Amino acid sequence: MINDEFWQGVRRGFPIMLAASPFGALFGALAIDNGFSIFDAVFMSVTVYAGASQMVGIELFNHNVQPWLIVLSVFAVNFRHILYSASLARYIGHFSPLQKLVAFFLLTDPQYAESEKKGESGETVSFIWYLGFGMIIYLPWQIMTLIGAIFGQMIGDPKAIGLDVLLPIYFMGLVLGFRRRDNWLPVVAVSAVVSVGAMHFVGSPWHVSIGALAGVILAACLPLRTPPEEPVTLEHEV
Amino acid sequence: MGSSDHMHLVYIILAAAVATFITRIGGYVMMTQMKRIPPRMEAALNAVPAAVLTTLVAPAFVYGGWDVTTSMAVAFLVGLRFNSLWMLLVGWLVVMALRHFGGF
Repeated sequence: MINDEFWQGVRRGFPIMLAASPFGALFGALAIDNGFSIFDAVFMSVTVYAGASQMVGIELFNHNVQPWLIVLSVFAVNFRHILYSASLARYIGHFSPLQKLVAFFLLTDPQYAESEKKGESGETVSFIWYLGFGMIIYLPWQIMTLIGAIFGQMIGDPKAIGLDVLLPIYFMGLVLGFRRRDNWLPVVAVSAVVSVGAMHFVGSPWHVSIGALAGVILAACLPLRTPPEEPVTLEHEV
Repeated sequence: MGSSDHMHLVYIILAAAVATFITRIGGYVMMTQMKRIPPRMEAALNAVPAAVLTTLVAPAFVYGGWDVTTSMAVAFLVGLRFNSLWMLLVGWLVVMALRHFGGF
């Protein structure tokens, strides 16, 4: 019976694992390209386990950006998880404290979405189901990072095979993924203009903090809208 | 990289892991302890991902050279309709085509 639940979770997570796998390999390859060792790349996937923020981390690291900004950016990109753990609290009250720690560690976008769906429909979200779902995504994510990192180390010039455009395009996809948020267009426009200007007048690591700060300050100053928004999720992001 | 640089990187990764775990447990802790985040603070926090990510996109678009700019523009159009895997694939095909046949 318990095994049954585990395999149900595995089956439910399987298609998400397939969708996430190319991103795992991409992270591994780009991490190497940004100066990480194979160990660093896998270490980050094992400990952070949040694809978009891992990509942001390696990119900022390559720009020699200050450590606090790297950590803050990772925190910011993953900030939506606060909404997930708040919402999930309703369905995992029966987990033991240790099980809760494991559950929150594995809390990615798809993990949240499927658990919420299951809980909402009145089914019990059992720890063993949750673990099955989490493991079929977590373990392959590490393996794909390793494969990507090994593959990345064999590549001589990343430009020759077009790797250098993949990160900016990936980030552009993430930016588009947030487009239903309040003030999205003014924030993006201001951060874009200011970061381009800062790149020209100040120089490389600073364009990130200056451009980001401009967008964030603008968002804090713009008039607030009243209706509470739904958490915006990134498609198939681990 | 030297070994002290390497430890430096390991510490940054660990700090990023802790920051991520805080977001993953934070909502649960807040549900049991705290009240609400002030609305302007929430608006600012909501804007952080788009603001940071934009600073990683816009300079590459402007200063990356015509091959990068063109492939990013095409990927942007793809991204308005399709998911990021298609953006990456089409953008990559465009930049490879430009580099191999377009003289870049």
